Amino acid sequence: MTIAWYLAVSAVIFAIGAGGVLVRRNPLVVLLCLELMLNAANLALVGFSRMWGNGQGQVFALIVLVVAACEVTVGLGVIVAMHRLRLPSDVDTMRELQG
Amino acid sequence: MSAVLFFIAAAGTLAGAIGVITLKDPFYAVLALVGHLVSLAVLFLLLHAEFIAAAQVVIYAGAVMVLYVFVVSYIGGQNLSSGQGPGRAGRFGAFACAGALVIELFIAVLGSGLRSIGTIGARVAVGFGSPEAIGSLLLTKFLVPFEIASYLLLLAAVGAVTLARRRGGLDDRGDGTPTISVMDFMRPRPFGTGTMAEGFGHGEALSAAQSERRQERES
Repeated sequence: MTIAWYLAVSAVIFAIGAGGVLVRRNPLVVLLCLELMLNAANLALVGFSRMWGNGQGQVFALIVLVVAACEVTVGLGVIVAMHRLRLPSDVDTMRELQG
Repeated sequence: MSAVLFFIAAAGTLAGAIGVITLKDPFYAVLALVGHLVSLAVLFLLLHAEFIAAAQVVIYAGAVMVLYVFVVSYIGGQNLSSGQGPGRAGRFGAFACAGALVIELFIAVLGSGLRSIGTIGARVAVGFGSPEAIGSLLLTKFLVPFEIASYLLLLAAVGAVTLARRRGGLDDRGDGTPTISVMDFMRPRPFGTGTMAEGFGHGEALSAAQSERRQERES
């Protein structure tokens, strides 16, 4: 398959993730949708890496993987802290970043 | 053969992605994301990125998804607020935005004028994408990003523990507003704070034992 097919799949996954961020309100699912978008970017990076026959894009994808893991860790920590404080798990009502 | 595998894996990734945003229960959404990630690893393998595929399965589908499952089972998947989701207009607007994004990305990528985008890629050496190739790149040309990534992971781990720890730090200052300040990290805490024993309700027993010991020492 040509590289264009992979890039097309990546674009569709990215748009699904973006739509999910807009539609869903549970912060856990919003984090999952962010994961989708990061994975779409990873697929595009690896595809371009294959296109040039150059491993640097794969290193970039690996760094994106690390950043995604950090984001998940901190995001889940925030969600657990919200749960401890008895705040509603709803991104629309979370308007202030205090406490 | 590779075309068949590509279409199966691409269908898997798209089905997983749609499952993530449509399934009501966050637990099933996490499981759909696991399916998505495994299919994506197959796509990475088709692109000769063996190490990235293995790291994807081990880190994402293994470690990160276990973290998600733990958090979902801890806070309970169903504790959504009683408010309604985005209305019909909001939902339509969101899908219109997503559709516009797809069209825009297609125009940007397929109309980019990159000549080799319609090929299966450059001719690559035998070890392309192997752990050896990625490792030598990481430790020679990309050493600084590699070290920065390690510091980032350390910071994220410390931050997550600080945010989600069980007690201490979140003081009630009388008006019912829990607050956290830098000074909370400076004060000496009772013995056993933040341990498993405290989680099971034995923290007070531990601190009581400690104060008894201190009284013995003073007397």
